[in-house]
Amino acid sequence: MSMYRAHVLVCKGTGCTASGSPSVFSAFKEELAKRKLDNEVMLVETGCHGMCEMGPIVVIYPEGAFYCRVTAEDVPEIVEEHLYKGRIVERLLYTIPTDMTKVPHYKDIPFYSKQHRIVLKNCGYINPDHIEEYIARDGYQALAKALTQMSPEEVLEEVKRSGLRGRGGAGFPTGLKWEFARKAAGDKKYIICNADEGDPGAFMDRSVLEGDPHAVIEGMLLGAYAIGADEGYIYCRAEYPLAIKRLKNAISQAEEYGLLGNNIMDTDFSFHLHVKEGAGAFVCGEETALMASIEGKRGMPRPRPPFPAQAGLWGKPTNINNVETWANVPQIILNGADWYSSIGTETSKGTKVFALTGKVKNTGLIEVPMGITIREIVFELGGGILGDKEFKAVQIGGPSGGCLTKEHLDLPVDYESLTGAGAIMGSGGLVVMDEDTCMVDVAKFFLEFTQRESCGKCVPCREGTKQMLLLLEKITNGEGTMEDLNTLEELAHMVKRMSLCGLGQTAPNPVLTTLKYFRHEYEAHIKDKKCPAKVCTALITYNIDSEKCRKCGLCAKNCPVDCISGDRQTPYKIDQERCIKCGTCLEVCPFNAVYKD
Amino acid sequence: MIVVVKAAEIAAKTKEIVEPWKGKHGGLIPILQEIQHEFGYLPEEALVTVSKELKIPKADIYGVATFYAQFHLKPRGRHVIRVCRGTACHVRGSLKIMEKIKQILNVNENDTTEDLRFTLEPVACLGACGLAPVLMVDDDTHGRLTPDKVQSILDKYE
Ligand SMILES: Cc1cc2nc3c(=O)[nH]c(=O)nc-3n(C[C@H](O)[C@H](O)[C@H](O)COP(=O)(O)O)c2cc1C
Ligand code: SF4
Ligand code: SF4
Ligand code: FES
Ligand code: FES
Repeated sequence: MSMYRAHVLVCKGTGCTASGSPSVFSAFKEELAKRKLDNEVMLVETGCHGMCEMGPIVVIYPEGAFYCRVTAEDVPEIVEEHLYKGRIVERLLYTIPTDMTKVPHYKDIPFYSKQHRIVLKNCGYINPDHIEEYIARDGYQALAKALTQMSPEEVLEEVKRSGLRGRGGAGFPTGLKWEFARKAAGDKKYIICNADEGDPGAFMDRSVLEGDPHAVIEGMLLGAYAIGADEGYIYCRAEYPLAIKRLKNAISQAEEYGLLGNNIMDTDFSFHLHVKEGAGAFVCGEETALMASIEGKRGMPRPRPPFPAQAGLWGKPTNINNVETWANVPQIILNGADWYSSIGTETSKGTKVFALTGKVKNTGLIEVPMGITIREIVFELGGGILGDKEFKAVQIGGPSGGCLTKEHLDLPVDYESLTGAGAIMGSGGLVVMDEDTCMVDVAKFFLEFTQRESCGKCVPCREGTKQMLLLLEKITNGEGTMEDLNTLEELAHMVKRMSLCGLGQTAPNPVLTTLKYFRHEYEAHIKDKKCPAKVCTALITYNIDSEKCRKCGLCAKNCPVDCISGDRQTPYKIDQERCIKCGTCLEVCPFNAVYKD
Repeated sequence: MIVVVKAAEIAAKTKEIVEPWKGKHGGLIPILQEIQHEFGYLPEEALVTVSKELKIPKADIYGVATFYAQFHLKPRGRHVIRVCRGTACHVRGSLKIMEKIKQILNVNENDTTEDLRFTLEPVACLGACGLAPVLMVDDDTHGRLTPDKVQSILDKYE
């Protein structure tokens, strides 16, 4: 076997693939072969590094050089300079937006230096399709430890002591949940991994499944051992074809290695694992709906009790956890509960993966210790607001969550503090908004989502959200009254109180928090008939600044309804009566002469 | 004549798909997924066949097929455009992308162009939020979009 002096890691996560990493990968393959470096330099395709916006990402070891936005044309230069002559290609390194310095080593990039990677430990480092690479990084060591040195009770106790709480939304203590399932009567028990990832703006579960599928499988094996289950399901969204492919491949490799199936590691522990593809309904992320869906029925929630631990899948005791929850378990067993509980805050232990998106400079996936502040996340890891605009709000927890403001920037993030402020941890979607984001529009956006996804089983959720949406539409159209605000608030409380499942119970949260913290924006829409952020189409006009207009005629040529007139002598002008407010003129004007009002 | 042959073909293929699931539980959704994979949508004949083969009432099958966004009861275009309308994409202007496509193709959301070239669908999140705004055509993801990039992307698909 040859020894490699360097490793070239090309990201083949979903983001980088979309930005063209497959052609970068083949360019490296070709170039390394041409230069006869292919015995010295190992080329690896990896999962997501979390910084998809800067992709395609290429990392070269031993230096740990982090190259961004690499194209196939850059490859010969990287091979020549870096791999041949040992000189780092500076122009492709990451640039810190605040002082424009180049960072040679990825560990020094602020986006990474503040992270604490437990769940994402292997993402971006290993080839997820090779079980050997997972094993080489202590993979399946926790399972070996559990099966040979620990009783199921001891595994359960360790998870309980670690303080791990569910990462899928509610934050229920994982060890306690396992204990219910373990104690439930019956010989046939199931465990389920919830990989439905419904929050529209979160993609951590996807990245873990695509970048490190064995971590989830090992976590499930440990859970099955502790609970006494012999069969499990991973319920994954159909929109994630790559994750499904990687999972199926990982399962068959684990079976070959005797890590799944009968008599695992020659013990009398057996466990069988299946992948189920979801079919595109947000409500199926709710545990009882999810189980109905696995059973082949319409995915509608049912009242609890009975809880899944008593009567779950096909009426058997069932334990269900989120992808990220499962992926934490091997590290807890391997390094111990004391190590894990030393990270985080009093009530929330360990780390949380957030999908940092919206109007920040560095969007991507970050894993940070619980207790970090929102300011650190947005301004240090995120590098601040895009275009150095004004920070307005951050939306945490997706359609069930809420919007927090400037006043909350120094709030340490954990389950309790977020709930106290009116948001929730949820799955960890964290969307940053700036002065150009209209908070009424955001509330309407989330409500459109929950309204569309309401399964319709209970009236408060189905009808209540519809009424709320109508009111919000009225307000954004400039037809709202102050009375409507009260009605909106009353409806919100009613839907929250009376709905059957978490979807309805939390759907009003985005409305309630924006009403609480951004009431003035609602009032501006109602009283002044103005959208302060200039987003709501009905309340804005497009105009041309005759001083700035150079009379090039581009806007008139592109206007789909021909409502702009002017010529070489007369400055161009928009006929407000006919304007459909499509914004095309603003996009095409080369001289920034078009403005919104 | 042709239509009859086609219906028979659909029924035969459907029977093949259903066969391994007979006597097992939880098969309905995977079966519908496979039928859709085969024909691009769920043809009436296929659903009737599933109902007969599995002895499940037709109403139940339609109940499931219409509940999940993934299933389509009408034929679709040669290419499916899925425009992300998730949160990350929304705050970075996905509505403008959607409007632009509608304007270029003269088609509404959840509809198919007359020449059957494209079907346009909004989708909740494609999991590539870091590249927002994002759209997918078939299996290709296109990110960091602006309205003026749309035309050249569509041109790649015949
Ligand atoms: C409407 C709704 C959607 C949900 N979607 C998800 C989801 O996509 N992924 C997830 O892990 N949990 C989701 N949950 C939470 C699950 O019901 C369940 O609490 C969770 O999977 C338990 O795992 P945990 O204890 O590891 O968090 C959702 C809940 C509701 C009410
Ligand atoms: S709260 Fe909404 S989603 Fe949940 S069961 Fe009721 S109607 Fe369905
Ligand atoms: S595109 Fe701009 S500069 Fe040209 S005519 Fe229109 S407003 Fe004037
Ligand atoms: S997909 Fe490459 S960094 Fe996320
Ligand atoms: S919000 Fe568009 S890809 Fe996630």
